[in-house]
Amino acid sequence: MITLTWQRIIDSLGIIGEFLIVIVLLVALLEAYLYLVFYRKPRQKWMGVFFYGLEVIDAAALVALFYLMLVAAKTPSATLLQGGALFFVISLVVIFLLSTRRTTKLGLAYLLIAPAFLGILFLILYPFGYEIYLAFTNAALRTMRHPAFGLQYGLTNFKDVFTGTVAHKATFWEVLIRTILWTVINVFFHVTGGMVLALLLNRPMKLRGLYRTLLVFPWAIPQTIAAMSLRNEFNYMYGFFNVMLRGVGLQPISWLQNPHWAFVAVVISNIWLGIPFMMVIILGGLQSISKEYYEAAEMDGANAWHQFWNVTMPLLRPVLTPAIILGSVWTFNNINVIYLITQGGPQERTDILVTSLYKAAFSFYRYGFSAAFALVIFVFLLAFALVYLRISGGLKAVYE
Amino acid sequence: MQQKKSLAYRFFHGSRRGDSPFKRMWIHLALIFSSIIAIYPVLRIFSISLRPGDRALSTSLAIIPPDATLRNYQLVLFGDPSRHLRSDFFLWLWNSLSITVTTALVGVILSATAAYAFSRFRFPGRGPAMIFLLTTQMIPAAMLLLPIYMMLVRFHMINSYLGLIIAYSVTSVPFSIWILKGYYDTIPPDLEEAARIDGATYLSAFYRIILPLSTPALVIVFLFNFMGSWSEYIVARVVLQKQDMYTWPLGLWTYAGQYTLAAGRFAAGSILVAVPVMILFLYSSKWLVSGLTLGSVKG
Repeated sequence: MITLTWQRIIDSLGIIGEFLIVIVLLVALLEAYLYLVFYRKPRQKWMGVFFYGLEVIDAAALVALFYLMLVAAKTPSATLLQGGALFFVISLVVIFLLSTRRTTKLGLAYLLIAPAFLGILFLILYPFGYEIYLAFTNAALRTMRHPAFGLQYGLTNFKDVFTGTVAHKATFWEVLIRTILWTVINVFFHVTGGMVLALLLNRPMKLRGLYRTLLVFPWAIPQTIAAMSLRNEFNYMYGFFNVMLRGVGLQPISWLQNPHWAFVAVVISNIWLGIPFMMVIILGGLQSISKEYYEAAEMDGANAWHQFWNVTMPLLRPVLTPAIILGSVWTFNNINVIYLITQGGPQERTDILVTSLYKAAFSFYRYGFSAAFALVIFVFLLAFALVYLRISGGLKAVYE
Repeated sequence: MQQKKSLAYRFFHGSRRGDSPFKRMWIHLALIFSSIIAIYPVLRIFSISLRPGDRALSTSLAIIPPDATLRNYQLVLFGDPSRHLRSDFFLWLWNSLSITVTTALVGVILSATAAYAFSRFRFPGRGPAMIFLLTTQMIPAAMLLLPIYMMLVRFHMINSYLGLIIAYSVTSVPFSIWILKGYYDTIPPDLEEAARIDGATYLSAFYRIILPLSTPALVIVFLFNFMGSWSEYIVARVVLQKQDMYTWPLGLWTYAGQYTLAAGRFAAGSILVAVPVMILFLYSSKWLVSGLTLGSVKG
């Protein structure tokens, strides 16, 4: 019997406060170290040995400290941690005393990045490395404590991804094709739906703000709530869709039992959810197009169709291209809608890559396999990302 | 020469002198119809939440049921001791709030200075780092979830606030850097240069000029991070397995899993937690869009 009590509130604030303090301390240590590296140089030549020697030792100590800080919460190495921290602080003071100021232009940039780098190191780089390691082990629920590492396990895992089943029944290729189908259908309807609504809204008229607000609702509602509620709307007896079908005298559909209709159901749900984003983006783009282009086109006798394809579309491209690519990636990665509405069922016939990855890891506990599977998906997305960078000119802008 | 214009032409582009009343009517009808489609499912949740428990599932399509009652809200918020129905709603809300606020805070703290460096300095490693950040935007949360989960198991952080905060920060930190960098790019560097001529250092120019100017951006990044993890279910399900640690999406799902009786409570709970976030979103979506497009168009 647990409900919210004052004790609970105080406890959780304590945990979080401690966490934030640890983060601030880690950042402070790192910043102090980087400051010495970038802004101080040895006072005399002969001090260089100690100076640089200590800097190298401290770098190692820092890495060890970070590692210990994470593990120390429940392990008996707390004294080691304190000792290490003490050593680190003292050696920083020693380095400082041995040194004199030096000027640098770029030091500040690295000092500013350090906190984020720390975060990215722990949150992305380390897990990613760990994932690669896992892909070469036989980790599973049984072997979780001591998984065996070896090239042969990795080869088996990657072979399983391409030749075996990714969950119980579905194969990788089947799921890949469905994912592509899912992405293409969704993005197509998102863009056309968003385009039509944006064109309708892009004019001075009454109630424009109200329409815009109402039309953004599907994007504003938390996706999990939308998906959980839409699942009920596909209920055979009480769901909205079947009530409507019966209302117009048609046969009700068993949405979630029939694999094809289940796929239609998740696609409908996701189309509904995704149109507002495209609408808002396209509307923004349309508003930046000067009226003069249309007037000029009209003078030249272009009809609506020509104007749309020759004036609107080309001028929308800088807005539309990144939006479509972003939308594709989001749809490709959208685990919520499918997982919450059909859980990939019936018979894994509505699974897309990310849902089967999630299930392989957390329903079937095939850890080594899932890591390999995740890396394969990552390669697909990376290829897509590179194409994205090329199309959007992101690379050029990055190096400017 | 005056061209005769097709109906489609007039429909999409109108004449510069304004649309005809006939066409205006059609546009309004189309927009009303679309708006209904857009909000109807939300209204349905509201409608289900108002139904008395014994007929939460019904084939009626009316928005306000004739026997509307607030009983479901009462049950969600306070439970019903006489039927041994306990309410954990405030506990879930507190769990969600602690985790989400901390995640958003960590995102802002770790990214505020880095975004500035990316925006103003050209240092070795900047290009690859930017590409790396952009790539992380494309990685699904599910991809790194497994190693993060294994890490959390090793660090004894499963079933704890910190575990979920760490798991959420995986996406929120790079996202925050990206959005904030886009915002800093819009602040003219002349401001700091003027300050530096007056003798300010880079760092004090950042604290005195950039940070105060970008307070709205920091607030917005905080809001995005907040909304991003506020209603997250998939990751939370893996990291939090004990009922007393549940965030509200996990808690509501325990209602959704049951039948008839709980559908009303599920809907009531959804309305209670979704409406504030929706208002927040409608208010801030303008900035979200400009942030996303800034980031993606300008690199």
